[in-house]
Amino acid sequence: MSHLPYLTAGWIILIGIYGIVTSRDLIHAVVCLSITQSGTYVLLLAIGYRYGATAPVFSDRPPHGRPVTDPVVQAMTLTDIVVGATVTALLLALTVQVAKRRGTLDPGELRSLES
Amino acid sequence: MRTRTRILLFAAGAAGSAALFTAGALDLPRFGGALHPYGDRAVHQALRESTTNTVSSVNFDQRAFDTIGEELILMASAIGAVVLLRVVGKEAEDQGATHRHGPAEVSDALRIVGYLLLPVTLLIGVYVVAHGAQSPGGGFQGGVILGTAIHLLYLAGDYPALQRLRPIPVFESTEALAAGVFVAMALAAAGAVPALNGAVGVEVGCALVLLIGKFFEQALLVREPPGEPS
Repeated sequence: MSHLPYLTAGWIILIGIYGIVTSRDLIHAVVCLSITQSGTYVLLLAIGYRYGATAPVFSDRPPHGRPVTDPVVQAMTLTDIVVGATVTALLLALTVQVAKRRGTLDPGELRSLES
Repeated sequence: MRTRTRILLFAAGAAGSAALFTAGALDLPRFGGALHPYGDRAVHQALRESTTNTVSSVNFDQRAFDTIGEELILMASAIGAVVLLRVVGKEAEDQGATHRHGPAEVSDALRIVGYLLLPVTLLIGVYVVAHGAQSPGGGFQGGVILGTAIHLLYLAGDYPALQRLRPIPVFESTEALAAGVFVAMALAAAGAVPALNGAVGVEVGCALVLLIGKFFEQALLVREPPGEPS
């Protein structure tokens, strides 16, 4: 089962989307979106992993010692986390607006676009 | 759409996605294998530029253009969230809502720990930003620590002090300025990794202060129903 970590990432993404589809509360939906996105972290880091390797930082050891994990996907994961955090903040701000304008957070009760 | 139809639709789509994803994942190189061509080249290049933290080198040197995009996403979402929350707050104020002065009851232990940890946390934040090119850390991580550090004052129950320490307009302009500096340095390919790290640290810190500040204002807003004696 050498591909299990990749499949785990796909499973996390699908579980997150399932949460969004069945959500009855917008804050819950935002959290589910975060979970969906954390599946991509798992996928990226799993691709970059290497058995017996250590972190790609050479501040306290010689450059050609142990192998290191892939720094490219780690940098992409960092980008991913930053974007995820800010998008969550934006969506929560939108949720505050929806709660104020429509008086409900249940997506099922938000029918039309007019207020 | 009925919940049932929605779930059926999701089940069909999820089954298809799962099948395609599995087929794709099974064709990927084995987990934990030794084949990492991009990683090896990135490490080689980072060591040639003597940036010992390879992740910082990838973010701020080899893929600095991508980081510009990320920066701008960060700024755009922060602006969007701040604008949305400001509208809500202003409308509530127009209807006579007032702001409470911080959390109601804070225990002495929390107060003391908050005051003690504030300078230490700020120092760690500066360290993580400043040493991002050499040791684990960097502008994004350090910026988050800096941005959250001053909110220990909120935990300590001293909201007025927090407001004095973080004049929102100053942070707004500093954030825009840091983003501009980052874009200019990256486009001119003039920025060394520590300088870009610093710009990102300032920007992330300011964005976080703005966001948390606006959410706090929401949380501390007291709405009194009109026409009712308080």
